[in-house]
Amino acid sequence: MGGLSTKHILDMESLSCDDISLILDTAVNMKEISRRAVKKVPTLRGKTVVSFFYEPSTRTRVSFDIAAKRLSADSISLTAGSSSITKGETLIDTVKNLEAMSPDILVLRHSSAGAPYMLTRHVAVPVINAGDGMHAHPSQALLDLMTVREKRGVIAGLRLAIIGDIARSRVARSNIEGFKKMGASVVVAAPPTMMPYGIASLGVDVTHNVAEAIADADVIMMLRIQKERRAGFLFSTVREYARSFGLTVERLKRARPDVLIMHPGPLNRGVEIAPEVADGEYSVILDQVENGVAVRMALFFLVLGGQRDGGD
Amino acid sequence: MVVIKGGRVIDPGHLDGIYDIYVSEGRITDIVESADDERPTEGGGETIPAAGKIVTPGLIDMHVHLREPGYEYKETIATGCLAAARGGFTTVCPMPNTEPVNDRAEVCRFILSQAAKSGVGVRVFPIGAVSRGSAGEELAEYGELKAAGAVAVSDDGHPVSNDLLMRRALEYARGFGLPVISHCEVLGLVAGGVMNEGLMSTRLGLAGIPNAAESVMVQRDIALCELTGASLHIAHVSTRESVWAVREAKRRGLPVTAETAPHFFTLTDEAVGRYDTNAKVNPPLRSAADREAVCEGLADGTIDAIASDHAPHSVLEKEVEFDLAANGISGLETSLGLSLSLVDRELISLNRMVEAMTIAPARILGLESGLKKGGPADITIIDPHRAWRVKAADFRSRGKNTPFDGWELRGRAILTMVDGRIVYNNL
Repeated sequence: MGGLSTKHILDMESLSCDDISLILDTAVNMKEISRRAVKKVPTLRGKTVVSFFYEPSTRTRVSFDIAAKRLSADSISLTAGSSSITKGETLIDTVKNLEAMSPDILVLRHSSAGAPYMLTRHVAVPVINAGDGMHAHPSQALLDLMTVREKRGVIAGLRLAIIGDIARSRVARSNIEGFKKMGASVVVAAPPTMMPYGIASLGVDVTHNVAEAIADADVIMMLRIQKERRAGFLFSTVREYARSFGLTVERLKRARPDVLIMHPGPLNRGVEIAPEVADGEYSVILDQVENGVAVRMALFFLVLGGQRDGGD
Repeated sequence: MVVIKGGRVIDPGHLDGIYDIYVSEGRITDIVESADDERPTEGGGETIPAAGKIVTPGLIDMHVHLREPGYEYKETIATGCLAAARGGFTTVCPMPNTEPVNDRAEVCRFILSQAAKSGVGVRVFPIGAVSRGSAGEELAEYGELKAAGAVAVSDDGHPVSNDLLMRRALEYARGFGLPVISHCEVLGLVAGGVMNEGLMSTRLGLAGIPNAAESVMVQRDIALCELTGASLHIAHVSTRESVWAVREAKRRGLPVTAETAPHFFTLTDEAVGRYDTNAKVNPPLRSAADREAVCEGLADGTIDAIASDHAPHSVLEKEVEFDLAANGISGLETSLGLSLSLVDRELISLNRMVEAMTIAPARILGLESGLKKGGPADITIIDPHRAWRVKAADFRSRGKNTPFDGWELRGRAILTMVDGRIVYNNL
């Protein structure tokens, strides 16, 4: 049948190529809704989406919220600060209590890798992982895939370069998995302090030279550098990082003429990406954000049993 | 008078054959070549048939956490001793990371009195703290601790990060004839890690703990052992580099000993699977190469002893996010079964296994062990063929936290005897 093969959306590993294609195709239809004068369809009327953001987030939280509302679902978004977590309640208790109020989907953002898996062992409702620690961020990878497919028509055969703190990035992990699964090749570039153990075992090329990584890339994905990481001795100065590993105007001149520049946000302008590059002609950063809503609408629709060509 | 009849009696380096063991008034009164006949026991005593079974000195687990005082919801000395008896252990040595820490005679005496009060009968030899409160700042009172019954000192759970304190601890302990048991962990290298640094941590997005976080401190402690001439025991060896370092130190004749735990010779970091907190332990489960080196170290005697690092926790500490979960495995009731699997797989000999669980830890801690005429009747009877399934829910320990739940094992203790008294019987 034309539905998803999985109940939950936890990571890119558990989605098949067919699942990913279905999500992207559905998202294309959903995107059209967002461009209408009346940006709302009744598809998920009477459904309730509870989003639980245990870790600060603006973009992803708003994106899930808008996605639910555009499909007419009732959506409630909680943050750790506004929940009983601050009163010492465990995550499982909090979520079991939420479940008792019969939501149809739980969306979880959590600072601990694996937290969504734990939830699936304790609650019956479908769970969408909105980012768990350094592990996975499947909706981000899906919106990135959607953006690239939209701009290039295909994923297979393309070359993706991911540059930045690979070791601590859930975006990198999910994109490596997603792009490879859809037939792209991936190169990662970072100083060795930012590479996880055995990164090549994930089937990627590895370099410590950014120029090398971008030379043949169809897509360049820059990751946010957290300045507080200096405390862990991951790099020397911001100045040196920007010069050695940032995407500068100068460096971009060596890239392919049709290259796409992506960034999951939030940007550190002048650190990993020069402002001129972020706002320049190759940048699809705001397309990513727009497609994020469409992908999350598609996820809600499909997780609640939607089928190919259904809905609306 | 009791006679344990017709078992294969193994007292490593001393006995290995079919013998009858006579026990009376808590002592072994005789060990004689087994007679095939069915003659009644002299004096009309009881006969424990042991044909086809293995009869060993009482098993010793030199590294357990009994949680009392302070964390009785995880384990008490009584429940820990019951778990020990069921696991075949006649003797356990609880680590001092209780609340309060066992850094003084009163706590030591409390532990011993609770053990006596429990009525279980398992012998308890406490391990005192290296530093007061295990805070790594001042030496604990080793003389007082020893007088109260402590058999070693350790800050287990916490490394002794201060190099000078470790040097002085070794020197000071040497004066009292106590070994120092070192929990080797360089916290700066752990850096928030929650599992082994390897392909699994990369895949799972969990912060990794490199092998060097252990072996760097093993190397330091061996250097300090050489400097001080004191007895050093390395706890829970998990990495190949630690095995190599201990092997080299022994080759040079240093008074270094080591232990490992069944989970390190049985599992790898793959056991973390999809964030299973029951596989979260410190040091962490390592790679296949480390597991192999640990098995080799156990086989050739580089690693002297098998100790479970029994670390019971409640669901409060384990049914949480992986990085927030407590470290530890409830090990007393699976230790022997897992060790027998090593023998079954011919990775170590049966004699070596028995040694590693009896006379080796006894030698390290200066305890009595072995099957000798006139000696205390601390005896474990093992059925090496009995198949059983691990059921955490059936543990006598309060800690049901085990990655081995549901495992099929072959071989277990069927009778545990301390001082001639049967403390566990599943004949």
